[in-house]
Amino acid sequence: MAAISEVRSASAAEVMTTADGMPLKRSLQRALRREKMRSLMLIAPLLAFILLTFILPIADMLFRSVENGIVQETIPRTVVALQDWDPASDQIPGEQVFEALHADLVEAVKAKVHTKLGVRLNYEKPGMSGLFRTTGRAIPRMGEGPYQEKFVEAAKDWGDPETWRTIRRYAPQYTPGYFLAAVDSEWTHNGIEFRPESERIYLFLFARTAWMSLLITASCLLLGYPIAYLLANLPMRTSNLLMILVLLPFWTSLLVRTSAWKVLLQQQGVINDLLVWVGLIDNAGRLVMINNVTGTIIAMTHILLPFMILPLYSVMKTISPSYVRAAKSLGANDWTAFWRVYFPNTVPGIGAGAILVFILAIGYYITPELVGGTSGVFISNRIAYHISSSLNWGLAAALGVILLGVVMVLFYVYDKVVGLDNVKLG
Amino acid sequence: MSALPPYASAGQRAWFYGFRVICGLIFFFLIFPILVIIPLSFNAENFFTFTPKMLALDPEGYSLKHYRDFFTNPDWQQALWNSVTIAPVATLVATAIGTLAAIGLSQSHVPFRSAIMAILISPMIVPLIISAAGMYFFYSRIGLQGTYWGVVLAHAALGTPFVIITVTATLVGFDRSLTRASASLGADPVRTFFKVQMPLIMPGVISGALFAFITSFDEVVVVLFVGSASQKTLPWQMFTGLREQISPTILAVASIMVALSILLLATLEILRRRSEKLRGLTPG
Repeated sequence: MAAISEVRSASAAEVMTTADGMPLKRSLQRALRREKMRSLMLIAPLLAFILLTFILPIADMLFRSVENGIVQETIPRTVVALQDWDPASDQIPGEQVFEALHADLVEAVKAKVHTKLGVRLNYEKPGMSGLFRTTGRAIPRMGEGPYQEKFVEAAKDWGDPETWRTIRRYAPQYTPGYFLAAVDSEWTHNGIEFRPESERIYLFLFARTAWMSLLITASCLLLGYPIAYLLANLPMRTSNLLMILVLLPFWTSLLVRTSAWKVLLQQQGVINDLLVWVGLIDNAGRLVMINNVTGTIIAMTHILLPFMILPLYSVMKTISPSYVRAAKSLGANDWTAFWRVYFPNTVPGIGAGAILVFILAIGYYITPELVGGTSGVFISNRIAYHISSSLNWGLAAALGVILLGVVMVLFYVYDKVVGLDNVKLG
Repeated sequence: MSALPPYASAGQRAWFYGFRVICGLIFFFLIFPILVIIPLSFNAENFFTFTPKMLALDPEGYSLKHYRDFFTNPDWQQALWNSVTIAPVATLVATAIGTLAAIGLSQSHVPFRSAIMAILISPMIVPLIISAAGMYFFYSRIGLQGTYWGVVLAHAALGTPFVIITVTATLVGFDRSLTRASASLGADPVRTFFKVQMPLIMPGVISGALFAFITSFDEVVVVLFVGSASQKTLPWQMFTGLREQISPTILAVASIMVALSILLLATLEILRRRSEKLRGLTPG
C-alpha cells in the first residue's frame, strides 16, 4: 500500500517525459494526430474527386427533383400579382394580373422562353404548352390594355380559373409536383389525389420492377445454390477448374452476353431452330422468347447468376464437413442432415447473394432495353426515356431519387447482414 | 460428396448422379451463350443461326467477312479507337488516387473511417442509370457533358471502388514492421513507399487496375448520357447495333471481347497466386 502511494506521488511530481523534455502524453497525442492527418491526406485526393465527379451530380439530381424556378423567372410580376387572387373562387383574376402577365410575356417572347414555361406547366395540366405558344404569337399585336378580354380572345383557356390555379400552385421555387407525378398523383383543387386509373403508369412500373427483380433473384438462387454446393464440396483442383465456368461469364462484357441471348432467343434463332429440328414445335409455332418478360428474366438471370454463386460459395467453403457427418452419425438421413444442419449454416450466404442480386437487378437498364420489348421494361428505362426523349428532367430526377432511396435501404440491410468491409471481388 | 461410398443405397446413387447432371445443365446454361457466338461469328451468311452448310462443316459455310467488316468499317474503327483512348486514361486516374486512398484507409487510426468508406464505395452501389442521370444533369451545367474528359472522369469515378477494395484486401496482410525497418535504415517515406510497400501490394494494384479498366471498357449507360456521338465507344456501338439494325459484325466484336475477357481472367488468376505466394498464405 505504502509503496503504491509512493509511486503515485512520484509520478504526480515529475511527469514522464520524452528525451526532448516534452510530456510523454502530449508527445503521443501529437504523434497520433500526425498519423491521422497523414491518413487523411492520403485519402483526400480521392475523396475530393468522388465528391466532385459523383456525389455532387447525385446531389444535383436531388435538387432537380424539387426545383421549380422557371415560373418565377419567366413571369415574376404575374406570380406576385396572383398572390392576392383567391384560388377557391370561380372568378378569373382581375385586370392587374393580366397587365402583369402582358408585361412578363412581352419580355419572355422577346427572349423566346415562354414556350419553355408552357412545356413545364404542360406536365401539370395538359394544354398549357399550346396555350403559351398561341398567346406568344398574339402578344406582339395585342397593343394597349385592358388586357383581360384580349387574352381570353387570343386563347380561351385564360378565361378558365383552373389555368390560373395551376400557375399559382406551381409558382413557388420548390415543388413536390415531380414526386407526385412519380407516384401517379396530382395536385388538384381538391388536394392531392391519384390520377385517373387509365393514366397511372409509374406505381405499376415500380411494382413490376420489384416483382421481376424478385423473380430473377429467386431463379438465381435456385440455379446458384447447387453450383455453389458442388464447388464448395469438390476437391480443390476440380472446383478451381469448374470455377472458371462461373468466372468467365462474370468477366465477359454485359453487351456480349445480352447480344448472345438476343441471338439465341429470337424466333429465327438457335433455340427455336433446335426445337423445330427435334420436333418439339412445328415451324409455324416458333416460341416468342424475346422482347417480353421471358427474355428479360432469362437474360438477367444468366447475367446475375455469378453474383449469387460467389457469396454462396464463400460461405459454404467455411462450413466444416464434420457437421453433416456428425448429424448422420446421430441418425439423420441425408435430407435431414442437409435441411436441419447444412442449410441453416448457408443462410448468411443466401442473404448476401439475394440482396446483392436484387440491388443489381432493380437498377438494370441495358438488358431490359434490348431484350425486354415493351412488357419487360424496368423503371430505369422510363428514367432514361424522360432524360433523352421527353426531356422532362424533373420527373426523371424524381423517379431516380425514389429508386435511389430503395437501393439505399437495401444497401443498409446488406451492410448489416454482410458488412461493407467484407465485399470481395473475384 | 466428393466420392460415392461403396455402401451407398440405390437412391443415394441415383441422387449422386442426378445432382451432377443438374449441375452440368446449369454450367451449360452459364457457358453456352458465350461460347455459341464464337462459331456463329464465322458465318458466311448474314444470319444469326447455324446454316445447313455450317452444320455440315462445309468450309464454304464459314468466312471471316464479319471480322473484315469490323476492321474496315469506319464506325467500328472509330468506336474501337474511342474505347482504347478512354479506358486506359480512366484506369490510370482511378488506380493512382485509389491506391493512395486505400493506403490511407488501412492506417490504424482513420477518423470517420466508415463514413468515408461509404462515400468512396458509393459509385459501385448506386444503380448506373441514376449515376448516369446525375452526371448528365451536373456535367451539362459545368460544360463537361459531351466531352472526352467528362467521360474519362465519370469512368474513373466508377472504377475507383474496385481499386479501393482490391488494394485494401492486399494491405490487410501487410507487415508494418517492414516500413518501420526501412525507415530505421534511413529511407524517407517516398522511397519506402516505392521500394518496400509498392512491390508487395503490386498484385492488388494491378488487379484493381484491371477491374477499373474493364469497368470503363464495358460501360455503356454512363457514356450514353455523358458522352456525345464523338465519344461513341465499342459497347455503345454494340448497343445501337443491337437496338436498331442488328448486323452479324456484332458477333465478331463479341467474340473478340470474349477472347479479351479470357485473357483478363488468366492474368487475374496468375496475380492472385503470386500475391498469395508473396504473402506466404499458401506454401509453394
